[in-house]
Amino acid sequence: MNRISRGFLGRRRRDVPAGRVPPGQYLTDGFPILAAGPTPHVDISDWRLSLVGEIDDPLTWTWDELRALPQEEITVDIHCVTKWSKLDTGWVGVSLDTLLADVDTSAEFVLARSYGGYTTNLPLADVSDGKAWIAHTYDGEPLDPEHGGPARLLVPHLYFWKSAKWVREIELRGDDEPGFWEGYGYHSYGDPWLEQRYAGD
Amino acid sequence: MAGATLRGRLTWLLGDVVEVADGPPGVRTIALDCPGWQGHLPGQHVDIRLTAEDGYQAQRSYSIAAPADGDRVELTVERLDDGEVSPYLTDELRPGDQIELRGPIGGYFVWEPRLGGPLLLIAGGSGVVPLMAMLRARVAAAADVPVRMLLSARSQGEVIFREELEGIGRGPGVEITHTLTRSQPPGWTGYDRRVDRDMLAEVAWPPSDAPHVFVCGPTGFVETAADALVSLGHDPLRIRTERFGPTGGPP
Repeated sequence: MNRISRGFLGRRRRDVPAGRVPPGQYLTDGFPILAAGPTPHVDISDWRLSLVGEIDDPLTWTWDELRALPQEEITVDIHCVTKWSKLDTGWVGVSLDTLLADVDTSAEFVLARSYGGYTTNLPLADVSDGKAWIAHTYDGEPLDPEHGGPARLLVPHLYFWKSAKWVREIELRGDDEPGFWEGYGYHSYGDPWLEQRYAGD
Repeated sequence: MAGATLRGRLTWLLGDVVEVADGPPGVRTIALDCPGWQGHLPGQHVDIRLTAEDGYQAQRSYSIAAPADGDRVELTVERLDDGEVSPYLTDELRPGDQIELRGPIGGYFVWEPRLGGPLLLIAGGSGVVPLMAMLRARVAAAADVPVRMLLSARSQGEVIFREELEGIGRGPGVEITHTLTRSQPPGWTGYDRRVDRDMLAEVAWPPSDAPHVFVCGPTGFVETAADALVSLGHDPLRIRTERFGPTGGPP
């Protein structure tokens, strides 16, 4: 049962298209920054992305190799567990389908690892079939380090902590290993439309 | 969810507002009595949910300002003029009201006396709130953990917890440094600029002391302070941060 908050009127946005904002979220025009530690500053000449774990031959891409792959323009809504949502964000990146194209694996989960030590876990199915990208460009500009540059995972259908900033490795796994926030009580899956913020939601 | 490291489900609880106390302009401390509260660690936060008469709801997160104390949960909230929830909490809410909350949330931006020190706390504006819970826990435990705290505010009148901090700063093992970035009282001999590398080199424990570092404040403030600490040689993995606000500048 919900309790009425005496005297609370709220501020409804009337310009919000129906069905665009998940429960408990509000719209922002800004782009808030959340991170558990200092921002890693990774030079693109040192940058690598690796695909490891349950795969016969691990794969690694340099920055130039990533940029040489087919690029996709992506326009999506994003939803942060700290309650803000942002509509129609524009990115450029490489689909995980492209990276996984020739990979034969029995894995059902992935654990993304980042420069700086961050990790997050996802089902492999949620980074397949056009649902996830390695994004390096935001709003037409190279992605700022504060927002996860040189490149971040982009998995817009889940809360945004799943879109790991500064991603450097995707581990293919048979089991679902909790990532950083998941180990501190955040939800293992994180569907914003089911408001899966914390474990047990 | 049977994971060993995960807590049980965080259910919505109803908190009774038992006390409100005004701080600097736009800042209010709200004490809630919250039956069923499971306790928390210094640095954790709660989600607040407000419901209008027509059922419309809004949720936001707020840091807890004091260490665990039974069913009592104390929040110190800064009013954001264009905010939806904070003006209600700072201007409308009064003793006798009830609000929904759930928590505690977080677990990384946390310090408790058994973790030891030295401890370095760096706050921009209302970023002092979760750090105050850590400092109060240090004082309450009569721990001998050495603490250095650096607080940035626009003016002396905007320093949250100013009198309490003066008292704590007179105690042994606690050094509190202020920088007032916009206006300073007559005779002020302290810092009068935004936090920068030189200031941190003077105020912070040296990296060789391997302090536990907590930085909280507006995004620009935290980025500047955390980057400067890394450049001074502090281990990034020992610097825990909490940022708030859009991409705004420091106070």
